[in-house]
Amino acid sequence: MTTSSQKFAASHETTPVLRLPGTAALAAAVAGGVLAAASAAMSWTWTDQFPGDLTYYGSPAGLQWPALVGGLLTALLALAAHGLKGLRWLSPSGSHNGVLFAALGTLAVCWYSVIAITVQLDGLVNLDPGGWVAAVGSLLAVVGALGLPLDRRRTVKQTPFAPWWYLVAGVAVVLRVGFGQGWALNAVPPGVRPLFTENLWFFVAVPVVILGFRLWQLLDAWLRIGRIERPLPAARALPSWAEILVITAVFALGLGVVEFGISTEYGELFIGFLLLAVFATAALLAGGTVARLSELTTRHRAVTTGAAFAAAGAFPFTQSSETYVLIGANILIFATVALGLNVVVGLAGLLDLGYVAFLGVGAYAAALVSGSPYSVFRGLHLPFPLAVLIGALAALVFGVVIGAPTLRLRGDYLAIVTLGFGEIFRIAMNNLDGRSGPSLTNGPNGVAAIPDVNLFGFDFGRPHDFGFVQLGKFGNYLLLMLVVTAIVVVVFGRVANSRIGRAWVAIREDETAAEAMGINGFRVKLIAFALGATLAGLAGAVQAHVAGAVSPDQYQFAGPVPPNSAFLLAAVILGGMGTISGPLVGAALLFLIPAKLQFLQSYQLLAFGVALILLMRFRPEGLIANRRRKLEFHEAELPAQGGPTDDALSKAGA
Amino acid sequence: MTTDTAPAAPLAETVLEATDVVMRFGGLTAVNQVNLTVRQGEIVGLIGPNGAGKTTFFNCLTGLYVPTSGVVRYKGQVLPPKPHLVTQAGIARTFQNIRLFSNMTVLENVLVGRHTRTEEGLFSAILRGPGYRRAEAESRARAMELLEFCGLSGKADHLARNLPYGEQRKLEIARALASEPGLLLLDEPTAGMNPQETRSAEELVFAIRDLGIAVLVIEHDMKFIFNLCDRTAVLVQGQKIVEGDRETVQNDERVVTAYLGEPLEGTTTATEADQ
Repeated sequence: MTTSSQKFAASHETTPVLRLPGTAALAAAVAGGVLAAASAAMSWTWTDQFPGDLTYYGSPAGLQWPALVGGLLTALLALAAHGLKGLRWLSPSGSHNGVLFAALGTLAVCWYSVIAITVQLDGLVNLDPGGWVAAVGSLLAVVGALGLPLDRRRTVKQTPFAPWWYLVAGVAVVLRVGFGQGWALNAVPPGVRPLFTENLWFFVAVPVVILGFRLWQLLDAWLRIGRIERPLPAARALPSWAEILVITAVFALGLGVVEFGISTEYGELFIGFLLLAVFATAALLAGGTVARLSELTTRHRAVTTGAAFAAAGAFPFTQSSETYVLIGANILIFATVALGLNVVVGLAGLLDLGYVAFLGVGAYAAALVSGSPYSVFRGLHLPFPLAVLIGALAALVFGVVIGAPTLRLRGDYLAIVTLGFGEIFRIAMNNLDGRSGPSLTNGPNGVAAIPDVNLFGFDFGRPHDFGFVQLGKFGNYLLLMLVVTAIVVVVFGRVANSRIGRAWVAIREDETAAEAMGINGFRVKLIAFALGATLAGLAGAVQAHVAGAVSPDQYQFAGPVPPNSAFLLAAVILGGMGTISGPLVGAALLFLIPAKLQFLQSYQLLAFGVALILLMRFRPEGLIANRRRKLEFHEAELPAQGGPTDDALSKAGA
Repeated sequence: MTTDTAPAAPLAETVLEATDVVMRFGGLTAVNQVNLTVRQGEIVGLIGPNGAGKTTFFNCLTGLYVPTSGVVRYKGQVLPPKPHLVTQAGIARTFQNIRLFSNMTVLENVLVGRHTRTEEGLFSAILRGPGYRRAEAESRARAMELLEFCGLSGKADHLARNLPYGEQRKLEIARALASEPGLLLLDEPTAGMNPQETRSAEELVFAIRDLGIAVLVIEHDMKFIFNLCDRTAVLVQGQKIVEGDRETVQNDERVVTAYLGEPLEGTTTATEADQ
């Protein structure tokens, strides 16, 4: 502990960015936060034209909720970091950085709302006093937070910025004006002129990106604040029932947050939610709350898993409409398949770009025996458990058949071949329609009208009453899917930490050395491939019943709708390779973000891409990294396990 | 722990017997008709200038390369040409450039070494029956023993990459020992080590010999080799030119020539006399 804090002190200093009197800064941060929070109870605009109807006094609505939460969080964190008794648990590391992040999040939400109101309703006149209070309050909080003693890096590591980039930006602006007014077109041959006149955005995007990057650099050099986690003091021991209570409370809170995110009804609210979620996470990370929590959850692993599943299971009961429950069920399917892919990619290190085909095999196999009138086996209606088993087995066979010839390849070659097989599956399903091939899959029409699952007389297609609440069709399926997810989680958790799991990781780390240790590389990789395929098949069988239909186009390499190979891989990598919760969280985000960004229309994928780039920039090891990955990417920032002399020795020796 | 070279019992069992091993890469003959025998309880050294084919010979022994011709027998049985089967049979090795599983913990590295001596498959891992738990607990206990044997017991939960260099070498040996070999092949175990580390590596090799494991070691550190080995074979340009104890090797003109170059004309006649 002492060495890590010495190391921290050597590379960081604790100084304010703005030189304000200490009490004034604290007062400003707290007052700003309280003002922003209080503004949520005021009217922000006079008309209900703006989505969410922010015209009420006395009760928050829409975007005012994130402002309320952000403001309160800022004020509380400021008091906690100051050392107010009874609040220390909120900021265990005692760092003030969390205050700044929370204040920035509040600022982002409030100013985004105010600007959106001004732009959409055309003019500042549309702002009511509440809007002004929110804007001024959040700004005050940020100024106050900048005056607090913040943990800052002593040095700024930056790639040099060549001045000629300004020239590029300038030229782009000139060209934008020139093409807009027409005079620059004379320099271009007539044939290609539309190329320039129709893509004027490019000449705006270039300077925006260049200047944005430069601004970021300047800001970073000024603040010198980033991903800084102060070493935590040892925790005060709590009785274990209290710790379990804390875990339960955290998951209940998490359920509330996720539910809010899923059921945001319009794009502005989701953006506000996302802004606050990102900054609040950063704030809690900086304050050490997250680290403290993960200490707790590792100590009570079983309780944590149980609480997570309980929270997921409670979700459909909190929803009055089926729309968001369906989203929840689809997230679970997507997440389960991502966890299956994590066996192949995260543990065994085999880059599989055609993984969605196994989901498809499972779905098709289950659909064909489900009793659908469009299936070639029309009369066959197997009970659901049997259909799931057939789906999983079909995927297993398919996995072995594809894996056996391809797994002799390594690295990029394997990726290309699996990509090819993934596409072959889709095209084959398209053509097995009785005209261009044997009749099996009904071609592009797919297998539709799959009857609902009926287990022991429980009809999943009908709503059922559970005490006070009614659970609709998709609620039933969500709970069914949750069982499948639980199975996959258990399988993954047990296998990852076993002889075979260690063999996979060894193969991923160094195949030659692994073989020299007596591991039959081919056999072990084939097992990984087959297990991954089986888990996907399992999820696919349920997916076919949830969606009620399967068609070839659901199983593409890449597309705007989640379960496709590219998204699955992204979920695994963004979430955190080799962990259980990583792909689950990554999948949930990757499903929600595009679904909620639909209001951006044609810019949806662009915004999604930007979100991905930002994620990879700030957390290259994935949202939830295991210890290994964290060390891989942030070794310099973490307290090293060996002393500096050890490092020097190993470098000299190597 | 003994530091003197104890002479092997005269009629000990033959562990490794390589007969006429040839390895050609296209037109290049990297290993040419090499014969080598290692008996139970022996430490045999393999030396030679850079590029002499020592590591290639090792790779032929461990199934990484399939020899162009020649036979390698382990305790009388012909070795299959697959690395994992060779390890299964009882030959373990370390690598010249350390090849640990760097993002696994020290303990996990050794557990991976136990792979051939355990047989719990996918299903027993998923079901976690009592048999699985027992085997896993046994593996862990054995791995901890080995870490203690190699002096790494305090570092079981460290990442392999974070170990200092000398300990990484030791961990590689511990990992190799985990497969319960009858013969251990060490490829330059002291490369890049300081004198103290070399000294402790020496003691470790003696301790391994005392466990009844035969050791074949490649090394450039002559002091280390001659302290350690009962016999030393010299490989030059793919051919074994001499084999024997310290004096035989040190006094052999061809060995001196291989390391130091041809003497100027007329200064010696020993080499010519030999031919």
